This record gives sequence, structure tokens and C-alpha cells, in this order.
Amino acid sequence: MHQLETAVTAPLNKAAPGKAKKKLVRRLSEQKYLLMMLAPAIIWAVLFAYLPIAGVYMAFVDYQPSLDDFWKSLYHADYVGMHWFNYFFRNGDFYIIMRNTIASTMLTLLFSFPAPIIIAIAINEVKNSMFKKTVQTVSYLPHFISWVIAANIIVTVLSSDGIVNSILKWLHLTDESTLFLQKGQYFWWIVAIGNTWKEMGYSSIIYLAAISSVNMELYEAAKVDGAGRLKQILYITLPHLKPTIVVLLILSLGGVLNAGFDQHYLLGNGLNREYSDVLSTYSFRYGLQNSLFSYASAVGLFNSVVAFILVVFVNFASKKLNNQSLF
Amino acid sequence: MAKKLSLSDIVFDVCNYAFLALIFVITFYPFWNILVVSLNDATDSVRGGLYLWPRIFTLDSYATIFRNTELLVSVKVTVLRTLIGTPISVLAICMMAYSLSKRELIAWRFLTLFFIFTMYFGGGLIPTYMIIKSLGLIDSFWVFIFPGLIGVFLMILVRTYIEGLPAELEESAKIDGANDLEIFAKIILPLCIPVLATIALFIGIGHWNSWYDSYIYTYKPELKTLQAVLVKILNQFQTGTMVSEAQALANSSKRIPVSGESIRMAVTMVATIPIVMVYPFVQRYFVKGIMMGAIKS
Repeated sequence: MHQLETAVTAPLNKAAPGKAKKKLVRRLSEQKYLLMMLAPAIIWAVLFAYLPIAGVYMAFVDYQPSLDDFWKSLYHADYVGMHWFNYFFRNGDFYIIMRNTIASTMLTLLFSFPAPIIIAIAINEVKNSMFKKTVQTVSYLPHFISWVIAANIIVTVLSSDGIVNSILKWLHLTDESTLFLQKGQYFWWIVAIGNTWKEMGYSSIIYLAAISSVNMELYEAAKVDGAGRLKQILYITLPHLKPTIVVLLILSLGGVLNAGFDQHYLLGNGLNREYSDVLSTYSFRYGLQNSLFSYASAVGLFNSVVAFILVVFVNFASKKLNNQSLF
Repeated sequence: MAKKLSLSDIVFDVCNYAFLALIFVITFYPFWNILVVSLNDATDSVRGGLYLWPRIFTLDSYATIFRNTELLVSVKVTVLRTLIGTPISVLAICMMAYSLSKRELIAWRFLTLFFIFTMYFGGGLIPTYMIIKSLGLIDSFWVFIFPGLIGVFLMILVRTYIEGLPAELEESAKIDGANDLEIFAKIILPLCIPVLATIALFIGIGHWNSWYDSYIYTYKPELKTLQAVLVKILNQFQTGTMVSEAQALANSSKRIPVSGESIRMAVTMVATIPIVMVYPFVQRYFVKGIMMGAIKS
């Protein structure tokens, strides 16, 4: 394959431009069906990924919606440079939005990161395959429902006569129902636990796969040495999972600014906004509800750029780490 | 292997089973709770204390929503977008994957990066909205199909699969004079059925679950999906709108007692049940899917 590639590209560099052109035309005609099959994807990427990226120019102008075509009004809009970014950084919202975004994602990580590891280890220790299968099947289910349904469930469970309040009353921890979603201070916890509830089962698949590659003889040997089940987990299973855990932890740190839009928007309301407003919902509200398009684009662009840098950095870090652990 | 179990092993097992039983209850019970309330008599539900079983069983809430045009239309739109959108996406992704599996493709490296980049960086909510609008997709059924046509991650799954197919099949077809299009249609596509089934399920569930596109890109009631209608009901419930949609619907059915609350539960159930129904049968495909992705990354 490599040979073929060099054979095709090498003459391109050395030969006369006319010859190279001919070569290109020949390749194009040879690959016309391949390119035809790729065409829908290219058109999709241009229209729905790259045109919006070009559209972020909105963040640097004072865009006013008009009856004109979008590009035309964008072209005629006044250039304002970094005005919207400065405005965002300087007004009081910035602190609150960043606080909410990071608090929500970090708190989510605190619960949703260890949960699948514990579940995978617990499932692995179960011998009864019927029980194992049932728990697995049911625990994956929340992953496949939409956040709309999940939000409906959460709202129901947390309502004044919902199950959570009933349990709290039954345990005599409280006499009166707490309206959890109307008190901002509970919001991050609700999102964190909701995220964990939705994803813990499904995320355990990857750890179960890693566990399944442990050599069974290790456990047999440990048993002979008199190690109990807990010791086997601590000294065999967990160390075996360590590389997976480290890589996934690093990668998930890259998502610290990506507080999901769905859960914050759907569970957020006027009463908990002080705590529920994150970068994506803030941008949504200012853009599509208050029609401050340029400001909202600037907030969105800030989010995308920082998130992108984080992802690149985190990928780099995990690669570096992987190589080290290999040698 | 008739070994005597030590006490600590027994304690461990009991704790472990109890823990997993708790996980089972935590994941399962909320769905059950919603189902119970949706099946219980609405006036009776107000008394509260409905936990395990409907006290007064009735299908009134379901009967009400299935007599409501808005909800029926939304179910139709959701089914349509799933049935139309899924095969189109699967085909587009498979063609793309086949094309990009050929390293000798012109500008292969550039094209690959061109697509991968879209996974990590986007223009954001507002510019995307503007583009959708300038393309005339607002209030069009195709806004459900085209913006989400390609999933680059799914394409990588398919491409990995294609790269693992034996090359001889393709080569012998080439010797017989078949062109790339014929090879794709007659050899690659049939061989890819397992992986295509996997991604079709992902895409199909994605269509069924998606609410955002219908919620912001469509205004016409005849283009609202089930999930978008549910968002509206949820919003009204959250803001405590006195005469909510669900409440109005409940009031409209004079003879049978239903409440906004029981309607909300019933709609939630209608949106959930299809997934619960198909999902146990297709679960292994999902597991296969996530495993393929894990190995890749």
C-alpha cells in the first residue's frame, strides 16, 4: 500500500506540471465512483459543519437580522472586533456561567466516573448468569432514552409527592416536602446524579471488557494463597483496570466545559437559573430567545475554542501516557 | 470444585448481590413509577402514595392522548423521520466509509482530517441556526434528515469493519471488470450488514429521541416530534403554567377523569415504550458497537 502511494505521488513532485496535471486527471477519472460515493458526505460537511464555522464571524460583528440573506447581512454588519467577548468577560454573568459549567461537570465526574467501575467489578463477581444479564440489561436502559424522558422522570421523582420526598419523610429526615428543582443549591447535584443514573450502566461495558482480559490463573493463584474476594479485587482486578481508568479519566477531563445542553436546559427553570445556566444554555437563551445573535455567537465560540484546546491537550496527554506505560 | 465457602465469601456475595439489586431498583423503578401513575385513575392519583401498583387501573390517559390530533401527528412525524432518516444515513455513511477505506484515494489524508475535525469543533448553536435558516430548512421535514446525515464516529466503525474484510473478494471482482460502484453494491454492502445493523440502531434511536431540531427549527405543529411535544409539556409543568397543554387536553375530555399529570406520564411512556421494546433484542449490537469504538480509540 505504501509503495503504491509513493509510486503515485513521487512523479507529481518531479515531473513537469503538465504531466502532473494529466496524472491527476487520470486519477480523478479512475476514482470517479469513489468520489461520487464520498460526495454526499463532503456536501454534508461543507453545509452543516464548515458553513457554521465560517458563520462564527458573527461573533466579531454587530449582526442585525434582516430580510436579506444571512451572508449578505453578515457582510454589511459593522465590525466590532472583540467587543462581544470583552462584554461577556466583564459583565457579572461570566463568573456565574463558568462556575455553573465547571461545578456541574466536575460534580458529575465525581459520581459518574467511579460508578461504572464499581458496577463492572460487582457484575464480574456474580456467578449467576441470569441475575448478571438482568442487571446489565436494565442498567443499560437509561442510556437509550432521551434526556427529555429522563428529565420527565427526574421531575416526577423529585416532585413534592414523588418517591424521593416520600423516602425522606418515611426515614423521618424531614417533615415537609422539599421542592428540589426550585431551589438552586440542589441543581448541580441533581444533574450530577441524573447523569450518573443515565450513563453508569452503559459506561460499565468498557470496564467489563477490560476485566474479561484478566488471566484467570491469577485469581486461582491468589485463592491458593488464601486471598479473599475483596483482596482479589484490590490486588488483581483494580491494578488491571488502572490503564483504562487513567486514560478515561484524562479524556473525561477534556469535557469539563461541555456541560450537556439537554439536561441543563430541560431541568433548568426560572427559579434555579442562578445555578442551572451553563455556557450552552446561556448562549441559546441570548441568541434564540433574546435575539442577541452576535453576543450569543461569541459565547458559543468561546466555548468551542476552549473545549477544542482542552480536547487536543487531553488527547496529547493520554497518548504520551500510553506510550510511557508501553515501554 | 466442591469447596467450602468461607464466611467472608458469603458476606461478600450477600453484599454484592444486594448492591446490584439496588442498582437494578434505581434504574428500573423510575420507569415503573411513571407507568403506574399513567395507568392509575387521575382523580385517585392526587391522593398520592402510588408506588408499586395502580390502585384504580384505567387506560383513560392513553385513550385521551390517542384521540388528540397533535400527539397523533407527532407520533407520525417521529416514526416517519426514523424510517426515512435511518436508511438514508446508513447508506451515506457506508458509501463514505468505503471511499475512505481506500488509502489511494485522492487527498485521502486531507479528506480524513476534514471529517475528523468536525467531531471536535463546530460553529456553535447560533451560526448553525443561521445556516439552517439560510438553507431554507426551517419548517421543512428535511431538517430532520440532512443536518444529522453523517456521524463521523459511526463512519469510523464502518471503515474499520471494511478494512477488516478479505481483500481477495474485491480483487477478484476487479479482475472481472467491476467498477467501484458495482463492487460496493454487490460485495461490500452485503458483507457489511452486521456493522450496518449496529449503526442503524444507533441512528434509529437517535432519530426517535431527538427533540432539539424539531423544537427550534420547526414552528408548524405538523412537524413537531413526540419528544418536542413532551418538552413543551415538561416546560409547562416546570413553570407551573396554570392552563398547560396537558391540562387543557385533560379538561377537553369531559367524561373521563384525566389530569395534566397523568397525561404527562402517559406521553412519557409512549415515548419510552418503543425503545424498551426493541432494546433487549438489539442490546448485543450496542455492546458490539461500543466495543468496536473502544478498541479503535
